[in-house]
Amino acid sequence: MVVAEHINKWYRTTQVLNDVCFETAKGEIFGLIGPDGAGKTTLFRVLTTLIKADSGRATIGGLDAETDYREIRTRIGYMPGRFSLYPDLTVRENLEFFATIFGATVRENYTLIEGIYRSLAPFENRPAGKLSGGMKQKLALSCVLIHKPSVLFLDEPATGVDPVSRKELWSMLRQLKEQGITIIVSTPYMDEALLCDRIALMQHGKLLSAATPAQVIAAYPRKLYAAEAPNNYRLLNELRANPQVASAYAFGDCVHVAFIAQSDTSIPNLREIPPGIEDCFIELTTGKGAWNDHRKNDGK
Amino acid sequence: MLGYLIEKEFKLAFRDAIIPRITLVMPLVIMLVMPLVADMEMKSINICIADSDRSGYSARLTGKIAASPRFVLAGLPATYREAMSSIEAGAADMILEIPFEFERSLASRHTAHVTISANSTDAVRGGMGSSYLTGILNDFARELHEERSPAVGMSAAPAVTVQNMFNLRLDYKTLMIPALMVMLLTLMCGFLPALSIVGEKESGTIEQMNVTPVGKFTFIFAKLIPFWVIGFVTLFIAMTVAALLYGLVPAGSLAVICLLAAIYILAMSGMGLMISNYSNTMQQAMLIMFFFMMIMLMMSGLFTPVSSMPQWAQAVTVIDPLKYFIDAMRLVYLKGSSLSQLGRETAALLVFAAVFNGWAIWSYKKRK
Repeated sequence: MVVAEHINKWYRTTQVLNDVCFETAKGEIFGLIGPDGAGKTTLFRVLTTLIKADSGRATIGGLDAETDYREIRTRIGYMPGRFSLYPDLTVRENLEFFATIFGATVRENYTLIEGIYRSLAPFENRPAGKLSGGMKQKLALSCVLIHKPSVLFLDEPATGVDPVSRKELWSMLRQLKEQGITIIVSTPYMDEALLCDRIALMQHGKLLSAATPAQVIAAYPRKLYAAEAPNNYRLLNELRANPQVASAYAFGDCVHVAFIAQSDTSIPNLREIPPGIEDCFIELTTGKGAWNDHRKNDGK
Repeated sequence: MLGYLIEKEFKLAFRDAIIPRITLVMPLVIMLVMPLVADMEMKSINICIADSDRSGYSARLTGKIAASPRFVLAGLPATYREAMSSIEAGAADMILEIPFEFERSLASRHTAHVTISANSTDAVRGGMGSSYLTGILNDFARELHEERSPAVGMSAAPAVTVQNMFNLRLDYKTLMIPALMVMLLTLMCGFLPALSIVGEKESGTIEQMNVTPVGKFTFIFAKLIPFWVIGFVTLFIAMTVAALLYGLVPAGSLAVICLLAAIYILAMSGMGLMISNYSNTMQQAMLIMFFFMMIMLMMSGLFTPVSSMPQWAQAVTVIDPLKYFIDAMRLVYLKGSSLSQLGRETAALLVFAAVFNGWAIWSYKKRK
């Protein structure tokens, strides 16, 4: 549905997108996971035809992002990271406005947003700017869905939203997926990565890998241990000074340790644990290149 | 689609806490207050008369000056030195020194000398003050001359009568009001559309608009129309106030004013759009606007005639759209010029409209 081929983008002397390639299937939730400044938003802006890539090619449903941008714009929905509806228009007016400029009506596509909009309905006459954070996100999502797009781009839709609304949001995304809508979503939250069909980790403008969350976890190249001590900070410093340790970082109320070759079992309170998605991400972004094999299995 | 976008703009404009109010208040305030405040006529010049003669003639001269509406007697100090200190204190603008034996000298030699000193910190005020006072002195001299030799008085000087045209009473307000209307339109139609677009940039809504199939022409056009309407509303309010309060109605045709205003509004909103394309925040847009507006206003001939500016400055005013519209408005309002007589102004405004809007469209890159 969405295909990115060797996309490069520079802002003056900084390369913000570095040879980005991936492909998504119809009705798939594709997650872009990465820290702030990884290039997620820039990638979205290229895919949604807002900016042109310096090189490479992006297609949406077979349409070229550079030449067929007008047609693409009628078929996609883009929800930027910042709330960007008209704050002085009411909830209902915003919805109708965005339906009308796409040549649609609220009534014909209401079923698509019903699940989200139901909780907003009591506030229909409230200016959008006066809604709470979670409700704003729901309204924004309703507004990008109201013209029935076939691809949805959501840039950090859950950032700044309370846990309950986040949960609702993801269950809504799953419903939309059922209706065949392809969803590309970016998030800095690791727990959300598990909710995607496939994820691509992104850092410094590079897409590091694209696989199912389970595959990403299974590909974790080392044994992972958790260690605990009364003073975790001191433990962390000791571990980092240890030449056998590949990486050590605080994780909740314990310390996660991975070793380069052999495990140093002299460390007290060490127990082996299964890696989580967050461990994979840390390994990918800070690890010493042990994951090169995996990176080559990029895409499908 | 366009209709719906315009509807949205109107909704936003009227839901704004400021715009609808300012649309009504600004023309009223500008028309009620500015013609009275921005007045270049010199009134109430404070004068000190240092009279060392204390004679009948000197008292008569003092009385004549005090009776003039332009002068206010600030004091009658005994010496010039004392008068000078009141100028230094800011209590007086001018000094007239009447020397000892003023009357005797007049009676015996038919001449006498007085000294006029004016504070020329404000050159205009100083200069105008001296010339008004000189006028009074000449008048006084003529009176004395006629009293002494009434027979000869008839042929003393050729009588000059001045017939002022188009602004019979030389009322400065009459000159200012059409120009103030131009200023109003400039603020309403230059500033507001620019800020509105930059506002969409700041709030991120422009990004949302850019991923819709709405074309750039449609988007900008929908932005401009409400401000054109607002511009005309303010213009008509201002014209009504001018007619009711100052009795100033255009000598020329209303249609000509509307046509010129329409072209001017188009030009100014084009300039606003241009500026909005080059700024990312409201602050930037405001600053750039102020920069150009100040220069354009000062060089437009609103306060000071363009013809008295240095040659190079006059050359610069050629690219000042305000100048042409202020000229045109004054001509239509006071002289009743017709469209054919305003060919130069109309052509210039059309060129500005074309250049500004062309530039605005060219620089508005929906896709970078």
